[in-house]
Amino acid sequence: MSEILIKNASVCDPFQGIDCEKMDLCIRNGKIVESVSSKAKVIDAKGRLTLAGGFDGHTHSAGKINVGRFMNPNDARRNPVPGLSGKVARTEKTRAQVGYNTPNTYAIGYRYAKLGYTTICEAAMPPLSARHTHEEFKEIPILDKMGLTLLGSNWQVMEYIRDKEPEKLAAYVAWALKASRGYGIKIVNPGGGEAWGWGRNVSGLYDPVPNFEVTPAEILTELGKANEKLNLPHSVHVHCNNLGHPGNYETTLETMKLFEKIKPSQKRQSLHVTHVQFNAYAGTSWRDFETGAPMVSDYINQAKHLTFDMGQLIFGPAVTMTADGPVEYANSRMLHEKWSNQDVELEDASGVVPLSYSPKSFVNAVQWAIGLELALLVKDPWKVMFTTDSPNGGSFVNYPEVVTYLMSAKKREEVYSGFSELALGKMVLPEIDRELSFSELAVMTRAIQSKMYGRPEKGKLTIGADADIAIYELVPEKIDPSVEHEKVKQAFSATAYTFKDGKLVVKEGNIEASPMGKTYWVNAEVPERVDSAMQKDLELKFKKYYTVSKSNYMVEDEYLPNPVEITTKGDF
Amino acid sequence: MTLNANLISGRTAQQGANLEAKTSRAYFDACAYCELNSKDLEQLDVAEGDCLKVKTEFGEIVVFAKANNGNPQGLAFIPMGPWANAVLSPETHGCGMPGLKGVPAKIKRTKEKPLDMKSLMRSYREA
Amino acid sequence: MPVIKNAVCSLCGCLCDDITVTVDEENKITKIENACILGHSKFQGMFEHERIETPMIRKAGKLVSVSYEEALETAAKILVNSKRTLSYGWCSTSCEAISKAIQLAEETGSLIDSTANVCHGPSALAAQEKGSPGATLGEIKNRADLIIFWGCNPVHAHPRHLSRYSSFSKGFFVPRGRKERKMLVIDVRKTDTAKLADKYVEIEQGADLLLITALRSIINGHEEVIPEKVAGVSKEELLELAKLMKEAKFLCVFFGMGVTQSRSKYKNGDGVASLISDLNQHTKAVMIGMRGHYNVTGFGQVATWETGFPMAIDFAKGYPYYNPGETGANDVLVREEVDAAIIAAADPGAHFPQKALRQLAKIPLIQIDPYANPTTELADVVFPTAVVGIEAEGSAYRMDAISIRMKKLIETKFKTDEEIAKDLIEKVRELKRG
Repeated sequence: MSEILIKNASVCDPFQGIDCEKMDLCIRNGKIVESVSSKAKVIDAKGRLTLAGGFDGHTHSAGKINVGRFMNPNDARRNPVPGLSGKVARTEKTRAQVGYNTPNTYAIGYRYAKLGYTTICEAAMPPLSARHTHEEFKEIPILDKMGLTLLGSNWQVMEYIRDKEPEKLAAYVAWALKASRGYGIKIVNPGGGEAWGWGRNVSGLYDPVPNFEVTPAEILTELGKANEKLNLPHSVHVHCNNLGHPGNYETTLETMKLFEKIKPSQKRQSLHVTHVQFNAYAGTSWRDFETGAPMVSDYINQAKHLTFDMGQLIFGPAVTMTADGPVEYANSRMLHEKWSNQDVELEDASGVVPLSYSPKSFVNAVQWAIGLELALLVKDPWKVMFTTDSPNGGSFVNYPEVVTYLMSAKKREEVYSGFSELALGKMVLPEIDRELSFSELAVMTRAIQSKMYGRPEKGKLTIGADADIAIYELVPEKIDPSVEHEKVKQAFSATAYTFKDGKLVVKEGNIEASPMGKTYWVNAEVPERVDSAMQKDLELKFKKYYTVSKSNYMVEDEYLPNPVEITTKGDF
Repeated sequence: MTLNANLISGRTAQQGANLEAKTSRAYFDACAYCELNSKDLEQLDVAEGDCLKVKTEFGEIVVFAKANNGNPQGLAFIPMGPWANAVLSPETHGCGMPGLKGVPAKIKRTKEKPLDMKSLMRSYREA
Repeated sequence: MPVIKNAVCSLCGCLCDDITVTVDEENKITKIENACILGHSKFQGMFEHERIETPMIRKAGKLVSVSYEEALETAAKILVNSKRTLSYGWCSTSCEAISKAIQLAEETGSLIDSTANVCHGPSALAAQEKGSPGATLGEIKNRADLIIFWGCNPVHAHPRHLSRYSSFSKGFFVPRGRKERKMLVIDVRKTDTAKLADKYVEIEQGADLLLITALRSIINGHEEVIPEKVAGVSKEELLELAKLMKEAKFLCVFFGMGVTQSRSKYKNGDGVASLISDLNQHTKAVMIGMRGHYNVTGFGQVATWETGFPMAIDFAKGYPYYNPGETGANDVLVREEVDAAIIAAADPGAHFPQKALRQLAKIPLIQIDPYANPTTELADVVFPTAVVGIEAEGSAYRMDAISIRMKKLIETKFKTDEEIAKDLIEKVRELKRG
C-alpha cells in the first residue's frame, strides 16, 4: 500500500467548484482518497497551483506521426523550446530523446508528463494500421492512451448507410472499435478519403461520394446515430469537410447544425468538432481570406449539443498530418513542400506535409488569431478543448505559450503588434480583452476532457479519481497572469511534481520514473443476430478486397500491455 | 579476348530460395555465375558452364558463364551474393549505399574454377 | 494434425498472410499451401537447411560449441570493451527484437543500421527530400489500371506480388483483374517480369534519372525540350509513356534496386516521388518500394519511432545521430572505424562488398542467426536462434507499412532474437556495474 499526502496544495478543480483553495490531497494505491495513515509520504505543495493531470484530447502522437519523423529527420535536431525539444542523451532513468514536432515515443511521454499531462488521445487510427498505433503506444512511457478509429470514408460504413442498414452499421462500428482497440469514432473529411482514392475530393456536405451514392451529411448523421445507439463514451469526433479552404466556416456551421437533431445517449455532447481554427475561415480566396471565428462562436454560444477544440497555431515549423489526403496534396503543391501520402484500402486516406507558419504571412497571422478568437469568444469553457492539433498547428510542447495567450491580453498584443495592417484588418482578436482564469484553463485542459470522453476518473481531484496530479511552480494568489505571463509560461513548462496513478513521475522538471500507462478501448456489445448478419458482409470484404485476412486484422491482446476495456451495451 | 562490360547484381528466385541455405551446393549454383548475352559469350568463345574471370577496380572473381538474351550486349549480371560482392564497388558516394549496380568490369575466359562460399570467405579472414 | 490457417510467410516484403501450414505430431511442418517458391523454401528449409545448433566461439581459428552462458559473457565483453560497435541487420526478425536491439545499441553507445543500407536506404533519403506518396497494397488491388514495375523483378523477388496485390489480382473497381490493367516494366534487361508486361521499356543502365526527368518535363507540358533520345529511349516512346501515365485512372510505380542502387541513387527515388506528385495534377498516382527482407520495413518503423531515424543511427553521444553516408554500415566499415560488430537476422557476409568484409573479418564479430551463412565464416561468437514467423511470434511490417502479427507454428529449443538481445542488455549492465 503506497500512501502520499500532498499538503498545502492550491487546488483548482472545476468539477468540485474549487478555485485555487488551499487543501490537502490524499493518495492511496493510485487513487485520490479521503484520508491516509500517518505512514504516508508527505509532500509540501507550498501553496502552489495543483490541478488534475492534463488530458490532451486530440493529438497525433502514434501512427501517422512516424511518417512525419521519417520524412523530416531535420526535426529531430530542432530545439526551439529548450527543455522540451531537441536531442537529449539517455540517462539512468530515461531513454534518449530527439525532436520537436515529431519527437520519438519516449520524448512524447516524458515531455507531456513535464507539462503536467497524464492522458493523451491519438486522433486518427485507420483500423488496418491500428496495430502500428498500439505498437507506438507501448513505447510511450507514463501516459494513459486512447485512439480514435477512422470511419468516415470506410466502404462498409458507406454501404450500410446507402443500403439503409442502421443496425448493421452500428454492429460494424462496434466491430471496428474492437478490431482496432479504438475508443471512439473519428470522421475526417467525410467521404473525401474515398474520393481521394481517385485523386478527387468532396466539395461539401451534399456532394456525393464517387461510386458510393452517399453524401458526407449522411455519413455524419448516420455515424452520429450509430455512436449513440452503441452508447459510446465519446461522441463522434469530426474533422469537417473543406478544411483549410477560405469560406469553410459555412460548411462547419452546417456540420454543427446537422447534429442538433441527434440526441446524445450520455451526459455529453453529441458532436465534437476538432481543430476548428482550420475550419473557421471566411472569404472566398486567399486574397480576401479573413476570420470566420465570430460566426462560428456565435453559433456555438447558443448551441448545447457540441464541443470543439482550438487547433491553435504556433509560429515556426510544424508538421501537418491528417487523414484528409486531398488537403495534404494541396498543401504540398501550394507550398512546394515534400509530400507523403498513405491511402488505406477500404478505409481512408492520409497525408503528411511539413511546413512553417510565419507571423509575416498574413494568412498565418490570421490563422493564429482565429484559434484564440474561438477560445475567447465562446463564453462557456465547458465547450472548448485546448489543443494545437499537435503537431498540425504546432507541437504540444508549446502549450505553455498558448496558456499565456489565453491568460494575458498583453501577451497577445505583444504578438499581434508585429502583424501587418492587412492581417490585423482580417481578425477580431485585438477587440477581445477576455483573459482566462486558472479555473477556466483547468476546464479546457483537463476537466472538459473527462466529460467529453466519459472518463469520470480523469480530469478531477475528487475522492475516487485517478491520482494523476500536476503541481505547478506558481502560487496563484501571488501572480498576475495578465502581466506576469512569462512566469506563467515558465511554470507550465515544467511541473514541480507530476503524479501518475499516485506515482511520482516528474520532480522539479526531471523525470523520476516512467511507469507504463494504460490503454483505454471500447467494447460495445451488439446482439448476436445483428452481429452475425454484419459479419457475413464483412467476410466478403476480406475475401475479395482486403489484402490482410480477417483473423490477422484484429489487434491482438499482446499489443495492449495494460488495457482498460470499457464495455457498453448497444440499444437494439 | 576481354569483354568490357557493365556489371550489375540482383535478386533471382533461386538465390532467394536458398537465402537461408547459403552453405549448400544449391546456393553456390544459384549465385556463382555471370549472365551475359549469348553474343557476348560467343565473342569470348565461352559456352554455358565454362568459367569466366570477372575483374573490376575492386577485385576479381571466377564464376560460371550463363547465357541470358534478356541482357543487352555489354551488360553482365551476377546474382547478389558473395561472388558478386567480391568485385562490386564499396564506394557509397556519401549516401550509404555501395555501388552494387553499374560497375565497369573486364570479363574473360579462364580455366580456374569458382571458389566455394567458405573458401571465398576464408580469403577475407586470411587477408 | 494441427492445421494452421492464415499463417504469415516471413520471407519477403509481401508478408503473405494466407499460408496454410500443417504440423505433425513430431513438430514438423508437413504441408504448406499457398506459398511461393521462396515461401516454400522458408517453411520447408527449416528442416533441410544447415541450422546453427549451439552457441559457438571461435577458438584458434575454428568455431567450437560452448554454453549459452559462455557465449553471452564473451559477447557482452566484446560490447563493453568496444569503443565503437556496429550493430547491423535486425531485418529478418520481429519488431519486438528490433526494439531490444535499439535499446542495446543505446546502452552501449553503438551505431545501429539495417539492411536498408544495401537496399532501400536511398529510398528513405528520397523520402526525406520529397516525401513518399504511397498507398496500401489493397489500394492497388482495388483500383489500379496501370501498374509500373521499375527496376524490380517481382517474378523472382516477390513471386506472389503479381497475383495477390498487383497485375493479376482482382479488386473492387478492377473485377476482371489483369484484363483491366496495363502492366509496364522499365528495366535494363528483359527480366521474367518484363516478359509478362504489356509494354517493356529497356533503358540504359544508370540512366533512370534522365528518363524520370524527361517524363516529368512532358507531363508538365514541356515536351519541346526533349531530345530525340533519352536514356536509350526514343522521344516518340517517351511521349507514348507519358500519355499512358496521364490517361490511367490510378497508377502505381513499384520500384526496386534498379532505382536505388544505380547511379544517382537517392536522386532516382526523389525523381520518382516528384513524378508522382506531378502526375496527381492529372490523375491518381502512388509509389511503393519493393522491400526485400520481410521486416526491413519494420526496422525502419521501429527505429523511427524509438530514435527519430530509420537507419544508420549513431548513439556514440548518448542521443541518436543520423547521417547516412557517414553513419551507414558500409561507410563505417570501409573507413575501418568500428572495432566490433554485432550482426543479427541479416547476412552482410554475402551482401557487403569486399572492402567492408575485410574490416568485418578483422574485428570481433558477434552473430545471431538461425542458419550458418557467409557471415558465420567471419564471426567470433555465434548464437543460434529461433526462426521468427515459424518458431517465434512477433510483429512485422509489410512493404506498404502495414503491421501484421507473425504466428508461432512449431515448438523450438532455440531462444528468440528478442530474448538474446534482452540477455545481452542484462549482461552488459552487469559487466558495467563491475
